Amino acid sequence: MTKSQETTTTNGDIKAGVILRVTGPLVRASGMSEARLYEVVKISDEKLLGEIIELHGDVAAIQVYEETAGVGPGDVVYRTGRTMSVALAPGLLESIYDGVQRPLQKIEAAAGNCFIKRGIEAEAVDTKKKWKFTPVAKAGDTVIAGDVLGVVQETSLILHKIMVPPEKGGVVVSVQSGEFTVTEEIASLKNSDGNIDSIAMLQYWPIRKARPKQSKIFPTEPLRTGGRSIDTFFPIAKGGAGCIPGPFGAGKTVTQQSIAKYCDAQIIVYIGCGERGNEMTEVLSEFPHLIDPNTGEALMKRTILIANTSNMPVAAREASVYTGITIAEYYRDMGYNVALMADSTSRWAEAMREISGRLEEMPGEEGYPAYLSSRTAEFYERAGIVKTLGSEGRTGSLTVIGAVSPPGGDLSEPVSQATLRVTKTFWSLDSDLAYKKHFPSINWLISYSLYAPNFEKFWKEEVAEDFSEVRKAAMTLLERESKLLEIVRLVGMESLSNNDRLILEVARMVREDFLFQNAFDKDDAYTPLERQYGILKSIITFFEVGQTVVNKPEFVYASFTAIPSFREVPKLKEKLDWKKADYQSFQDTVRAEISALTA
Amino acid sequence: MSQKEYTDISSIAGPLIVVEGVEGVKYEELVEVNVPGEGKPRFGKVLDVSKDRAVVQMFDPTSGMTAAGTRARFRGETLKLGVSVDMLGRVFNGAGQVADGGPELIPEQRRDIAGEPINPYSREFPNDFIQTGISSIDVMNTLVRGQKLPIFSGAGLPHSRLAAQIARQANVKDGGEFAIVFATLGVSFEEAEYFRREFEEAGALERSVLFINTAADPVVERVSTPRMALTTAEYLAFDKGMHVLVILTDLTNYCEALREVSSARKEVPGRRGYPGYLYTDLSTIYERAGRVKGKAGTITQIPILTMPDDDKTHPVPDLTGYITEGQFVISRELYRKGVFPPVDVQGSLSRLWSAGVGEGKTRADHSSLKDQLFASYATGREVRELAVVLGEASLDDTDRAHLKFADAFEREFVGQGEFENRPVEESLNIGWRLLSMLPRTSLKRVKAELVEKYIPSVEVVA
Repeated sequence: MTKSQETTTTNGDIKAGVILRVTGPLVRASGMSEARLYEVVKISDEKLLGEIIELHGDVAAIQVYEETAGVGPGDVVYRTGRTMSVALAPGLLESIYDGVQRPLQKIEAAAGNCFIKRGIEAEAVDTKKKWKFTPVAKAGDTVIAGDVLGVVQETSLILHKIMVPPEKGGVVVSVQSGEFTVTEEIASLKNSDGNIDSIAMLQYWPIRKARPKQSKIFPTEPLRTGGRSIDTFFPIAKGGAGCIPGPFGAGKTVTQQSIAKYCDAQIIVYIGCGERGNEMTEVLSEFPHLIDPNTGEALMKRTILIANTSNMPVAAREASVYTGITIAEYYRDMGYNVALMADSTSRWAEAMREISGRLEEMPGEEGYPAYLSSRTAEFYERAGIVKTLGSEGRTGSLTVIGAVSPPGGDLSEPVSQATLRVTKTFWSLDSDLAYKKHFPSINWLISYSLYAPNFEKFWKEEVAEDFSEVRKAAMTLLERESKLLEIVRLVGMESLSNNDRLILEVARMVREDFLFQNAFDKDDAYTPLERQYGILKSIITFFEVGQTVVNKPEFVYASFTAIPSFREVPKLKEKLDWKKADYQSFQDTVRAEISALTA
Repeated sequence: MSQKEYTDISSIAGPLIVVEGVEGVKYEELVEVNVPGEGKPRFGKVLDVSKDRAVVQMFDPTSGMTAAGTRARFRGETLKLGVSVDMLGRVFNGAGQVADGGPELIPEQRRDIAGEPINPYSREFPNDFIQTGISSIDVMNTLVRGQKLPIFSGAGLPHSRLAAQIARQANVKDGGEFAIVFATLGVSFEEAEYFRREFEEAGALERSVLFINTAADPVVERVSTPRMALTTAEYLAFDKGMHVLVILTDLTNYCEALREVSSARKEVPGRRGYPGYLYTDLSTIYERAGRVKGKAGTITQIPILTMPDDDKTHPVPDLTGYITEGQFVISRELYRKGVFPPVDVQGSLSRLWSAGVGEGKTRADHSSLKDQLFASYATGREVRELAVVLGEASLDDTDRAHLKFADAFEREFVGQGEFENRPVEESLNIGWRLLSMLPRTSLKRVKAELVEKYIPSVEVVA
């Protein structure tokens, strides 16, 4: 088939090819010699959305983002001329999208019932709504890509910056002020060739291409999440990449949601990738009512949800993580701290595996395609703290946290391994801890954070001089505890020295009174870093002072556990209003009471 | 209807046949295959269609089929099931045909059995308590309306009896029309018959729809049976406003059928030979549960599966656990001790429990009582292990109290027998009565005022 057969339909789509073969979500079509790789196409008269993922001569392999039942050879394929892109404009916040950025609310309205009908076209952002645009640039200014032309108050929290799109720039010919829809011109630029570019608020960016930046910056500041085992033990950097692998029931989703709720990023992009429908509903019904402890506003005002539940079409699941991260990068480019949660990246990898199988590619490990690890690495590398485009050189960060669902909890499987190689914080969720109802079930012996050394300066200046030492002391105690417990299992408690018993006692405090955190208790779920330090330091004080007395002959172990401050430890996390001085006076009491034991 | 007939069948292998020279065939289209000398056609659906050849997956067995003279007719529509409220009280086979000897139904609607995904935006969060009358479920792992909560069992364990007990006793506090859709997938005749009789004896048959696919029925039929059941459930729930409980048994057989088809298609296998899309496929079954905005009815799902060798990491329970909202695990240890229902309280989990309990739903003390029972039982079990290693002499009084508590908890709280239907208040009271065996100082998860309120109020059994 040749170009002469192409006809343009009313809405600009080009009737191009004819379907040759249909196998599930994969369709092959001929007559596509003009098509480009990753171009968006529409299949059959129902206009099902798809994307070209391979080209051989004039035959294109197309992954279809909707159910293909009823499609067959001979059906037409329309080209759109666009690559798979997301719409970027005011109105993204507070939205809930499917994997290819169709608002689920509009799908509901178009379908007229609770089911997702296929072939529904819905605009990602409202093109009729008028936004108040306040110009920043003036006519005559010379602007480069990334410079701010003007601003829009998108929600009460977020000032949306309208930037000169990448690869554009020049002298500002005109700039508007007032109320505009996202498609109306708000500025025009004369580029170096002398042509006039009209700029609207709505811009597009291809999802599979990272948005450009000037440079990456070395991360030195932690993302504060309010989670005690995260912030103190295994912190993640603003602009870092972390992963949460764990078997089902270990609390991946709860951990992800807690971070999304309480972390101090300004924008949250939450991707429910191949997960439960009811979980997305929970987020949807909960976030508008939850108050962000950092700003005092509803959480939803800073959140964008991408929901591709497990029963929604598999190809759209593959696209959903890219849709999410591109939107996240866009807000990063405005100079915000953005955090992206992907739950679960294993489902994304499985979608890749399914498409790869249908393409009849040579499989790698466990049937996953050979490019699994390079795609994974590429995705996590889009995280980072960056100097953005534009002459003012804003700093923005994108933190990426991916959940991994290893089959049977076995971390040797390919997705976990590919992820571990590229993420620097690893929260290992443990089914044994979950079984014992210890939450978050982050295993303190296996998990790690490679960012911790970067934060030494931050901790010293922002929290406390000895933060790092206290943290290390606590972690060492837990490690010694695990060795001692093995001995206890063999020979019983009686064989332990008083010093060993002290280690066990204080390690238990670290576990039960510091690490254990109830994500469903409003007060317990979020602990500021300063209070985390206060609690942990108080617990460690028992150990430090205890050590000076346990080996004295007059020391009686039972009297140690009977001192009044000992019983106060479980209540430390409930003291929401305690300041530095309160903890210090508590620690003084501990010192005095323990010293008195052998005085 | 444009129906075309083809006679060029180039291969018959396992459940698949290949038809050549086709034209205008659509993916997933229903195919009617007429074998010479047979009065009844066999059915299949299109799995892979290229320009002039179609791969058809047969629902009916391919044994005795011949390439010569066989005609394949493409029906121009996907596999549909006729649904109506008259299905209540009736028994169907795994292909959706009447199997109780009664008259054919006049369908009110014909629906594609694949269904459509529920829009997450249109869902409503499940939060209505379902009373099953079983303490270990109602108190410890509460089931709510619209939840999907499987039973993980093993060979030789009484999961059928537990499922039957739930089906008999389940009710919601605000009434509402209630229906059961039940499907067997590759189970033995006795097991299918057991359920049918159970429903009949309990008088539940007239509010139930049964789909029976036994081990003797075609394997590929098994792949459609749960979808027929769920299509019926969706109709009853979202069109007729009923609260539907769907019980599917046994999903392990379903997955094996899927594996068989996948291997016949020569697909690249994933773990243990199951297809790479097993997760996606299972989710299109399990996710057809829930509540949606503006509809009175709900779908609650209890799929049953047997874990090969009691192994929770086997792909079937593993992938199920990632989709469903928790699981009930049947304990071989408790079953051996003669406890019924032998629910492994610690291994089981209901992710949505918190939405179903508390003031106005069950009782205000429910949540903290549950936490305390969990904690005390866990301690009791630890002590029991310790006693095995170090001997009972090494235990102190608190330990010994916990040991007694754990035994009593298993015997009196978990164990209640097959026919006792306990209201949740009674279950809660039993919980408090058992806690009274423990020293007050070990009750750290319940507030003192609750202890005052409930522990003296129930008689202490000596």
